[in-house]
Amino acid sequence: MSSAASAPSAAMLPGRGGLGGALSDAFWRNPKLLLFVMLTPPLLWLGIIYLGSLFALLIQSFFSIDEFSGLVVREFTLKTYGELLRPSNLDIIVRTVTMAGLVTIASAIIAFPIAYFAARYAKGRWKAVFYLGVMLPLWSSYLVKVYAWKLILAKEGILSWIFDKLHLTFLIEGWLALPVVGGNSLSVSLTGTFLVFVYVWLPFMILPVQAALERVPGNLLEASADLGASPRQTFVNVLLPLALPGIIAGSIFTFSLTLGDYIIPQIIGTSHRFIGMAVYAHQGTAGNIPLAAAFTVVPVVIMGIYLWLAKRAGAFNAL
Amino acid sequence: MRSDKQNRTPMGLKIAAGIGLAFLHLPILLIFLYAFTTEDKSYQFPPPGLTLKWFAVTWNRPDVWEALSLSVRVASISTVVALVLGTLCAAAISQTKFFGREAISLLVILPIALPGIITGISLRSAFNLAEIPFSFWTIVLGHATFCVVVVYNNAVARFRRVSGSLIEASMDLGADGFQTFRHVILPNIGTALLAGGMLAFALSFDEVIVTTFTAGQQATLPIWMLEELVRPRQRPVTNVVAMVVVLVTFLPILAAYYLTRDGDQISGQGK
Repeated sequence: MSSAASAPSAAMLPGRGGLGGALSDAFWRNPKLLLFVMLTPPLLWLGIIYLGSLFALLIQSFFSIDEFSGLVVREFTLKTYGELLRPSNLDIIVRTVTMAGLVTIASAIIAFPIAYFAARYAKGRWKAVFYLGVMLPLWSSYLVKVYAWKLILAKEGILSWIFDKLHLTFLIEGWLALPVVGGNSLSVSLTGTFLVFVYVWLPFMILPVQAALERVPGNLLEASADLGASPRQTFVNVLLPLALPGIIAGSIFTFSLTLGDYIIPQIIGTSHRFIGMAVYAHQGTAGNIPLAAAFTVVPVVIMGIYLWLAKRAGAFNAL
Repeated sequence: MRSDKQNRTPMGLKIAAGIGLAFLHLPILLIFLYAFTTEDKSYQFPPPGLTLKWFAVTWNRPDVWEALSLSVRVASISTVVALVLGTLCAAAISQTKFFGREAISLLVILPIALPGIITGISLRSAFNLAEIPFSFWTIVLGHATFCVVVVYNNAVARFRRVSGSLIEASMDLGADGFQTFRHVILPNIGTALLAGGMLAFALSFDEVIVTTFTAGQQATLPIWMLEELVRPRQRPVTNVVAMVVVLVTFLPILAAYYLTRDGDQISGQGK
């Protein structure tokens, strides 16, 4: 009490005894102190451990590797970034970005009907079914999902069996004979990689699209129909523009996740590399940390541009 | 009259939504079938026969148990760290306004917004630079970093609904800060924290990309599975483990859903 006597609050109430009481009083009188105490642990953890590591990585991307000794030369240079422009490395970047774009478009197309049905027509119990129907696959194990597709796409797996029973095996064989998308079997083709990417990231598209569609008032669609628009016109001119922020928000996830993934193309895919696989290979056996670091800057820059465009389109309000 | 038609569900939409949901769930159900197959050399469909023997085989595998135990320990500690850090951050962000508030909420979300491989490689190179050997704690360090956001999202959503006057009333009635936290704030945010903690646990339990960079030679359950996926050796055991993992991760998600069902939603979008 004696130490708190000069504070204004002591004019009305006596201070509290004990260390806890004194602390409690100090926090009440000085909210900034409380704020400081509350924020210090998380900021120490995220600010120092996480941001520190990120900056260390960024700095290393400006180092280079000595081609004879294989050791990292700690001198500031842009040489490593120059290496990214080699045809083989540019190939990797173009392949990854194309895949991310295609996966995003396919996810949006599959997600829309699910999100629209859940947002507009599902009521009561069905609403919960749809919600959990999206949440459970979203949260269930990533590796198990990839594994399930290994079972599905295997040469002796369920997909071949279904096509065989329908006498449509020639369709799969014809598709696999195509260049680029084909391969020995679906599980070692870029088609397989694409299917698994779409499957694994689809829930990340459904949720924001559904959130955007739930904000569209039903009478807007009725008004459009009453004014003589066909369902197709209503969709193109009313529904789609209103859902667009949600689609863009979802595409941030599908695009970013595809850019950084290195496990799916490694397990189901061809020997053609993606950015994530290149990063993993360069930092691992090759020991070329600078090039690996420069490779990780690529998705960060692409996502930075993407987020900037998305923000301009108002996508963050739908997150 | 046309508006009446709009209230019935169009058949095409029903079918498209149904196919979409089936696309999301059938692959996971297939895992359950394969856990019982008698075939152990290939992924043959339909299974030539059904058996329970692989469950017994898996039960007696020490490597599976070790991986499971490591995963559970890592997930538990990471969840505790994430609960403390996430709640502190959420309380500071939602109860006060200060300079740099937006920057802090961005910082919390960053580990999950950036591709996991970036978090992984930067942590690994930082461990190398600081000459920290890989251990149980290096895994926890990585996991807790991206688990914070899940707890934070759930807690922030709930803090917004806890009225500030409730806290003032408690203080006016003579409770000190700690009593207010214990008897007023905690009961209000308890279920949100529980839900956030469960999701953080599920996230950590399942994480593989960051873990491959921070684990060294240790195998968590996802790392064990990854090795089996890259070089299949014991397909039947992998099938059983996959099925168990699906069942184990479903429980916390269902529980988190029921805990936060009224009012705010589970913030799972940021995985």
